[in-house]
Amino acid sequence: MKETIERHPHDVLVVGAGGAGLRAAIEAADQGASVGLVCKSLLGKAHTVMAEGGVAAALAHVAPADSWQVHFRDTMVGGKLLNNPRMAELHAQEAPDRVRELERWGAVFDRTADGRILQRPFGGHSHPRLAHVGDRTGLEMIRTLQDRAVGAGIAVYMECTISHLLTQPDRVTGAFGYWRATGRPVVFPAKTIVLATGGVGRAYQVSSNSWEYSGDGHALACLAGAELLDMEFVQFHPTGMVWPPGVKGLLVTEAVRGEGGILRNKDGERFMWKYLPEDRRHEYAATDEEATTWVEAQSAARSTDARRPPELSTRDNVSRAIYTEVREGRGTEHGGVFLDISYLPAEHVRRKLPSMYEQFKELADVDITTGPMEVGPTTHYIMGGIRVDADTGATTRQGLFAAGEVAGGMHGANRLGGNSLSDLLVFGQRTGAGAAAAAAAAPELRHIDPIQVREAERDLSAPFDRPGRADPHRLHEELQSTMQSQVGIFRTEADLEEAIRRIGDLRSRWPDIGISGGRPYNPGWDLVFEVRNMLIVSEAIARSALQRRESRGAHSRLDYTEPDPAWARLNSVVRLADDGLEVTTASVPELPDELRPLIETE
Amino acid sequence: MPEAQLRVFRGSPGSSGRLVDYDVPVEEGMVVLDALHWVQAHLAPDLAVRWNCKAAKCGSCGAEVNGRPRLTCKTRLSDFAEGEPITVEPMRAFPLVKDLVVDVSWNYEVNRRIPPFQPPPDRPQETWRWQQEDIERVQEFRKCIECFLCQDVCHVLRNHETERPFMGPRFLVRAAGLEMHPMDTADRTSHLKDEGGIGFCNITKCCTEVCPEHIKITDNAIIPLKERVADRYYDPIQIAWRKLRGRGSETGPAADDGNAP
Repeated sequence: MKETIERHPHDVLVVGAGGAGLRAAIEAADQGASVGLVCKSLLGKAHTVMAEGGVAAALAHVAPADSWQVHFRDTMVGGKLLNNPRMAELHAQEAPDRVRELERWGAVFDRTADGRILQRPFGGHSHPRLAHVGDRTGLEMIRTLQDRAVGAGIAVYMECTISHLLTQPDRVTGAFGYWRATGRPVVFPAKTIVLATGGVGRAYQVSSNSWEYSGDGHALACLAGAELLDMEFVQFHPTGMVWPPGVKGLLVTEAVRGEGGILRNKDGERFMWKYLPEDRRHEYAATDEEATTWVEAQSAARSTDARRPPELSTRDNVSRAIYTEVREGRGTEHGGVFLDISYLPAEHVRRKLPSMYEQFKELADVDITTGPMEVGPTTHYIMGGIRVDADTGATTRQGLFAAGEVAGGMHGANRLGGNSLSDLLVFGQRTGAGAAAAAAAAPELRHIDPIQVREAERDLSAPFDRPGRADPHRLHEELQSTMQSQVGIFRTEADLEEAIRRIGDLRSRWPDIGISGGRPYNPGWDLVFEVRNMLIVSEAIARSALQRRESRGAHSRLDYTEPDPAWARLNSVVRLADDGLEVTTASVPELPDELRPLIETE
Repeated sequence: MPEAQLRVFRGSPGSSGRLVDYDVPVEEGMVVLDALHWVQAHLAPDLAVRWNCKAAKCGSCGAEVNGRPRLTCKTRLSDFAEGEPITVEPMRAFPLVKDLVVDVSWNYEVNRRIPPFQPPPDRPQETWRWQQEDIERVQEFRKCIECFLCQDVCHVLRNHETERPFMGPRFLVRAAGLEMHPMDTADRTSHLKDEGGIGFCNITKCCTEVCPEHIKITDNAIIPLKERVADRYYDPIQIAWRKLRGRGSETGPAADDGNAP
């Protein structure tokens, strides 16, 4: 019965083939490393394809006044200054080069009248800044990177799930997983590993995320001894579909509001006027007329002195506004609010928002050129993630790197729309370089501990030995319901403590999970390890949220409704301890003197 | 609550496979993929289905629904008459992995061999300018989500399970997106003719009909590429012109020909 496990050694192993993983793999290969790229799905299907609105970069093609300094400031202000300032600085400085590089590699962005890359406005950005392709920017990005990676000869291992990281006391040494098509185990010895596994949205009931988003990288890093940062900051995107039930949570791009979409409650009131934070009100239009002037200028791609509409407030704020309207009885029949773009010419709407037009027509029988959409908040993104070094993507565990959504620090307490695609590119490139350099400095592949491989194999096969016991689907549903109702947009101490208790209960039932059927392509079996990962991540979120006794950015406490100056300069840190997850704090890295003037006024 | 009767292919390579009936409670707006997920969560946890986004953006969940290639995430149960069984089978043009999942790796091989995007070495990027209307056709091709439904429906590919002489509609679309890119300088004509087997397409437009992105595959991608190949290899005037200028018909155009139509 004993057989040798398939092995694929590489200098750099990248786990995850979305924007960050692909960009990291390309960079590491360019630096001369032997690179393996592992992904749970087929190549080109990663969650990046779902990104719609655009990639933020201060190209200053539409607004000449834009610059990396303004982008840096917007990012820090949007993140309530909890961002790692070095990450925000590198991001703002390097995003334009990364976007131009995509164009050099064949990406075809929409154009300005003078033939350059067009940029659209988005919430929280001072200027039109998002390079885009209609509302399918993520697809353009992933296809461009995919073609580049394939052209570079990178070894791609598709539909392969990494379930365990292999370690020595001083560093990570490789990864263990299985081929989904056959269920057979596989080992990837590697000098360095880049985690680029995306987010955690599947832990919630209502989410815009695909099934892959089960917090795999967060959990693997945590189990391997790396630290997680700011896990309480989960972004609830203001506009997901709410009807019909089968599509609840599906994303409605912020580009709808960028193009002029108006939010109204069931009484027809444009409610966002009520929710603009006082200290930012001067950045927004004062009247409907001014907002309309801005939209008209926008549609014609000309500059204007009019200020942006209130709908383009930051995502955390718009989500809370919609949630509050619905809770106070001013929601639509299906528990959402109206988002209306139908006052613009139908042809314009179809050209600028083609996939939204299709999505509503085909899935909800709504023509968005003639009537409003119904929308409500949906779990979309996690600002928190693995704690990394800004310049190289190195985690706190030797040999382990992270980039993209799975990494923390860049976005602080709230991410601006469009900053995640640029994050993937900037830190994908930097982390690929960092991992390749560390691999080059490591003399040879380290010994893979056979005991760890045997234990991992035992973990994989164990669920088949207990068919009929706990069902992974039920555990998953219970977790989703807990996270949705108790660790959602508004939180309280009592809810969070109850959630932690329930997650603990689920964790104690996890080893009982039993699976029927065989190993080949068995989604129930896939779910066993995804539930393990989601339980770890969910507990990290709930414990961090309990610790932060204030409201800031995307983290809103009903029992501590205001920001607390004592928390203003503290990040949350989660690590694995002997008796479970341990939550502490760390100081936000100091703002360097030369950047201080950029946000001094805040 | 009304129920839908799903008839789902279950099987593995080497076994004959069979259709299994599942009754699924129907909620408003439900799509076939929702019904398959309900089956996984309640009746058959090991039912193999490939999917990712459930938003018609990733192209993973293609299958044959009542014999027609479709994205299951976009196919609503309300499209079928009540009481009518909904048969869901894997895409037939590719080898079976399990149940509704097929091995599409051949497509990735075909893609890898297409000559990549090649911008002009002597045109700095700062000087690149093009108008929106110049790229609308290329953007149409780049909408492709690689669901491979067009490959599945293509009778050339269906009729040649192995040793396929034809790259298929998906990759003609990709090649067209590269060929019509305003900054591309590579020449793919011989690749399209020989390895790509573009001549095998006899323009039945089945691919266009099944495309969930509504790309006019035949009219906008394949026919213009066929014309390029015909101009190069079969147009007697062009052949004579090339001979006159001392080049054989099998070589690509020199740089001064540019990226001729």
